[in-house]
Amino acid sequence: MTDWLNILLQGALLGGLYALFAIGLSLSFGIMRLVNIAHGDFIVLSAYIALAFIQATGINALASLAIVVPLMFALGYALQRGLLNFTLSGGLLSPLLVTFGISVIIENVLLQIFGADIRRLHAGAIETDSVAFGGIAVGVYPLLVFAVAVIAIAGLQVLFYRTALGRAFRATSDDAGTAELLGIDNRHLYAMAMAIAMIFTALAGVLMAIRTTFDPAAGPIRLIFAFEAVIIGGLGSLWGMLIGGMVLGIAQAVGAALSPTWQILAGHIAFLIVLVIRPSGLFPHTRD
Amino acid sequence: MAGFRVDRSTRESRWFAGFLVLVFIALATLPYWGGPGDMRLVSEMAYYLALAQLWNLLAGYAGLVSVGQQAFVGLGAYALFYLTSQFGIHPLVAVALAAPITAAISLPMALAVFRLRGAYFAIGTWVFAETFALGVSLVTPLGAGSGMSLTPAIMTQIAPDRAGRELILYWLSLAIVALVCAIVYLLLRSRYGLALTAIRDSETASDSLGVDTFRTKLTIYVVTAACTGMVGAFIFLQKLRLSPEAGFSVNDWTVVVIFMVVIGGIGTLEGPIIGMLVYFGLREMLADYGTWYLILLGAVAVVIMLTAREGLWGLVARRFNLHLFSVRRHLTR
Repeated sequence: MTDWLNILLQGALLGGLYALFAIGLSLSFGIMRLVNIAHGDFIVLSAYIALAFIQATGINALASLAIVVPLMFALGYALQRGLLNFTLSGGLLSPLLVTFGISVIIENVLLQIFGADIRRLHAGAIETDSVAFGGIAVGVYPLLVFAVAVIAIAGLQVLFYRTALGRAFRATSDDAGTAELLGIDNRHLYAMAMAIAMIFTALAGVLMAIRTTFDPAAGPIRLIFAFEAVIIGGLGSLWGMLIGGMVLGIAQAVGAALSPTWQILAGHIAFLIVLVIRPSGLFPHTRD
Repeated sequence: MAGFRVDRSTRESRWFAGFLVLVFIALATLPYWGGPGDMRLVSEMAYYLALAQLWNLLAGYAGLVSVGQQAFVGLGAYALFYLTSQFGIHPLVAVALAAPITAAISLPMALAVFRLRGAYFAIGTWVFAETFALGVSLVTPLGAGSGMSLTPAIMTQIAPDRAGRELILYWLSLAIVALVCAIVYLLLRSRYGLALTAIRDSETASDSLGVDTFRTKLTIYVVTAACTGMVGAFIFLQKLRLSPEAGFSVNDWTVVVIFMVVIGGIGTLEGPIIGMLVYFGLREMLADYGTWYLILLGAVAVVIMLTAREGLWGLVARRFNLHLFSVRRHLTR
């Protein structure tokens, strides 16, 4: 019994990481209807930027966030303003295929610079520390990641519903044309949306890299996890992302308990079941 | 309606049809004037052209941008390997049977992924392909994670000696690409082609005019899946070995194909041909540069999508008002 409780708890905590994966994907879709196929590669790119800084300066992996987050914020702004904004007028195909091209470019540039070796970031003793809850030992690090995810989503809720920027985001999401008539500069606003999405992408990348290994080709599966969390939770729902991530994490943990080969497959199956039974997700919020 | 005439073909399209027949005859006689290396290259170009035309039909005409076509390549290939090894079915028959088998699997799959729109549809199809790859690697009769091989006993059913087999497989590759191109061409000339054009221009408007958009898209999806499965079976009939990673490879069977179509010109029948030729040309030139080559392809695709959305062929077609395949209807008084 405690074994299964343990598995459920570990899976639920893993869901925090998946919720962080999901935020970036969901934000750019929610605000500008842009699905970033390169999202997983940006997660992995963040991990590699952290790796480069750690190798150069010897700082702790968690401290590297102080550099990676602002860097990815700037990259997100520049990417949206300089490139992706020009794809938004061309229907569905254009943003999809441009981000698809970017995905292939990032993967191969990382391969060229860092090689195909499997990497990992180290954050010291926090990786292995644990606290006891009843009979179950819970890692401090998974708890920390989960807490970060909860704080991130709460922060987004404040941003969307309590600030002028959030109001502009919601207005543009509802009707971009009217929002522009009322004085909102959509080009800047979209760039801000991607920049903010990249904050969470950077956070997800570094936190992932401390927990699991990564290599240049590790992006696409992260995109898929993010996507599964978004769809399970329900498009446009903030807390749905956390629930979606937890459902995915628990499914994977249960699968892994049966056999290691079942881990990822169990996650896919959970996603497909939700897609068939409840196509709009567990907590639907917007229609696309 | 009186006084109008609807023309399906143009002078250029008739010339081009003649030219295509000549190219096809030249390629069919290649074994008598070219080397085995040439045959291998042409055969690879043929199956990539077939995959490109199929993806183009799906994404460029039906608006179903799939990143999961490798699912059908892999399923078709596994159908071939399973039918030949378990039931002793003739490999060429098994290649043909791969089509209905993949179609049967694609139908329930479509009902699930059609619930996703746009780009999320793309990722949904990808999840399915990943699910199949992981699922197959758990099934022992399908060779599990280590894969399967076509034994000499199976291959000698095609022809007893190696040279004879190479000849038959070469002609088969030409036959398959001709068949696939013909299916795509005839579909686009049929009422499905009209329905697709209407849906592409406005889904809501065509819905209200009585076009069954769901059914049209579903038909295109299943036909594409069947053809892709058959092509996949053929590809691995040549390769002789099949593993989950090779059969369901997103890079080999979808990424490369998307680049071909985007570079050549999405939403035209000429585009995939141009894109395929450009891709193989670049590959022959840049084969030594490995990753840089893929970086370049990615960059070219991004630039084309940003500056010339209709691809290389689109630029030519607009400049010279040239349409080589007669899928359009021309109205004259």
